Amino acid sequence: MVEPVLRVQGLRKRFGGLAATDDVSLEVRPGELHALIGPNGAGKTTLIGQLTGEITPDAGQVVFCGEDITRLSVAARVKRGLARSFQIVQLLDDDTAEANVALAVQARAGHSFRFWRAAGRDAALLEPARALLEQVGLARHDTRVADLSHGERKLLELAMALAARPILLLLDEPMAGLGAAESLAMTETLRALKGSVAILLIEHDMEAVFALADRITVLVYGRAIATGTAEEIRANPAVQDAYLAEESSP
Amino acid sequence: MRNALPLAVLLAGAIALPWAAEALGQPATIGLATRILCLGIAAASLNLILGHGGMVSFGHALYYGLGAYTVGILWEHFRLGEPIFGVIPGSNELLVTLPIAMLVAGVAAAVIGALSLRTSGVQFIMITLAFAQMGFFLFVGLKAYGGDDGLLVRRRNLVPGLDLRQPDQLYWLCLGFLVAWLFLQWRIVGSRFGRVLEGIRQNERRMAAIGIATYRYKLAGFVIAGMGCGLAGALTANELRFVSPDLMAWQKSGEIMVMVILGGVGTLLGPVVGAAALVGMEYVLGGITENWQFFLGPILLAVVLWAPGGIMGLLGRGARRG
Ligand SMILES: Nc1ncnc2c1ncn2[C@@H]1O[C@H](COP(=O)(O)OP(=O)(O)OP(=O)(O)O)[C@@H](O)[C@H]1O
Ligand SMILES: [Mg+2]
Repeated sequence: MVEPVLRVQGLRKRFGGLAATDDVSLEVRPGELHALIGPNGAGKTTLIGQLTGEITPDAGQVVFCGEDITRLSVAARVKRGLARSFQIVQLLDDDTAEANVALAVQARAGHSFRFWRAAGRDAALLEPARALLEQVGLARHDTRVADLSHGERKLLELAMALAARPILLLLDEPMAGLGAAESLAMTETLRALKGSVAILLIEHDMEAVFALADRITVLVYGRAIATGTAEEIRANPAVQDAYLAEESSP
Repeated sequence: MRNALPLAVLLAGAIALPWAAEALGQPATIGLATRILCLGIAAASLNLILGHGGMVSFGHALYYGLGAYTVGILWEHFRLGEPIFGVIPGSNELLVTLPIAMLVAGVAAAVIGALSLRTSGVQFIMITLAFAQMGFFLFVGLKAYGGDDGLLVRRRNLVPGLDLRQPDQLYWLCLGFLVAWLFLQWRIVGSRFGRVLEGIRQNERRMAAIGIATYRYKLAGFVIAGMGCGLAGALTANELRFVSPDLMAWQKSGEIMVMVILGGVGTLLGPVVGAAALVGMEYVLGGITENWQFFLGPILLAVVLWAPGGIMGLLGRGARRG
């Protein structure tokens, strides 16, 4: 059997009396697009936080490419190839889209203890940054983030994560708040990425999830209640009870 | 550079200031202007971490005071002919005392930064303030160096080819250091390191998510700023020919911060302009009333409310309109 890219074992996190992550175990295989679905407040973002290192789990293990990374810092995990996008966009609002990605390229290129040469016109940073913006389909390179639309910021989030040249991408609701056309475009962008990088995709847009995912894990009240292919998940009665019924009856 | 012409005019004016002061029969303004230059270096260095890195250090005068005391203590041991701890000889050579002052301030900033940068927000402000107060009381208690009476530096340091007893020569030397420091900082701000600092100010969480170990970069910035302030303090000790714990009191830290805010946070020249404005106000208002600081409050309030970009912001707005 192939070594999974990511293996999560018995992860637990409590916030006071609330079990936000309740004994979650999960595997992502190389090149797989693995969707993580679940109702609001199920603990999806909290799980991502523990995978990236922002949140320390109370118990359990996170193994990435065979290495136990449970105690590593956020930055150290990114260096190993674990990148994420944020559900609530986290960008440098005063800078242009291009400058944002250029900084992510710079972070990937090694240490930044370089104090003299101007970074703003450095082709070694700008050219990869522009290529990434093309790849995600963000046309307004020179626009400040503060002046970008919500949809454009979501694209920028994706470009920032890709700049790290990840082995595993953690995408936290990349389509939240997008219009129908934008969602379709994002689905196509993700489809184009499929295979070249393993993806753990959190998404409420079921159409996108069923169109893209190789496997799906369902999270409810912090517990992973089922994992399987799209058909298996659709047919799973526990999932229908807990989640799909309520989601598809607006 | 599109700002080259106004900068050149400004620099020419700054160079000509001692002659103008002599011609107008106001030689005392040269000393005042020298103090502004020194404080300009201190405020600019605070601006590196405050304006560009988003680190609100409320103890920046500590490094200013340490730089000044380095000059004072080296002078004292030189005068007495007694090495410090029996090993380090004293000195009155500026080319020796300045680098040592920057080193002392830098080491202090490294230690204090390493501890306080583990926190952020209000906690960081309070911890940097607490360390500065510790330094203040340490020097108040150091009777060997005058305690709270301070220490006289009877003669200014020596520099080959210059006579710093001449106020204009000291002024030009300080101007040279200010220009050099601003140039250095301008390069730093535009460099990869500077981009990281800017990113940390805007969104530290995002910086971590692209793989930046932010702590190290903040610490490096903190140390550079401390060294700049040490340089400013060492020059100030030469101008005043006197050092005392007041140089590192919390009021001084506040003044330096006010200079940055008044002049324009995150701008190259703002801190220097702010230093000139504050020292100038003290000079003018202080001539009218002893309680000049009473009028400083409303002025600061007006800047924060109506000109958040400080004086530089106002000038920029004027330039765009005109
Ligand atoms: N720092 C925190 N302190 C206390 N409770 C928290 C914290 N972070 C999250 N929670 C709670 O943990 C639960 C899971 O939150 P989380 O954001 O992980 O859900 P989610 O599945 O991402 O939801 P959504 O689909 O709305 O994004 C929620 O009940 C939330 O209120
Ligand atoms: Mg969430």
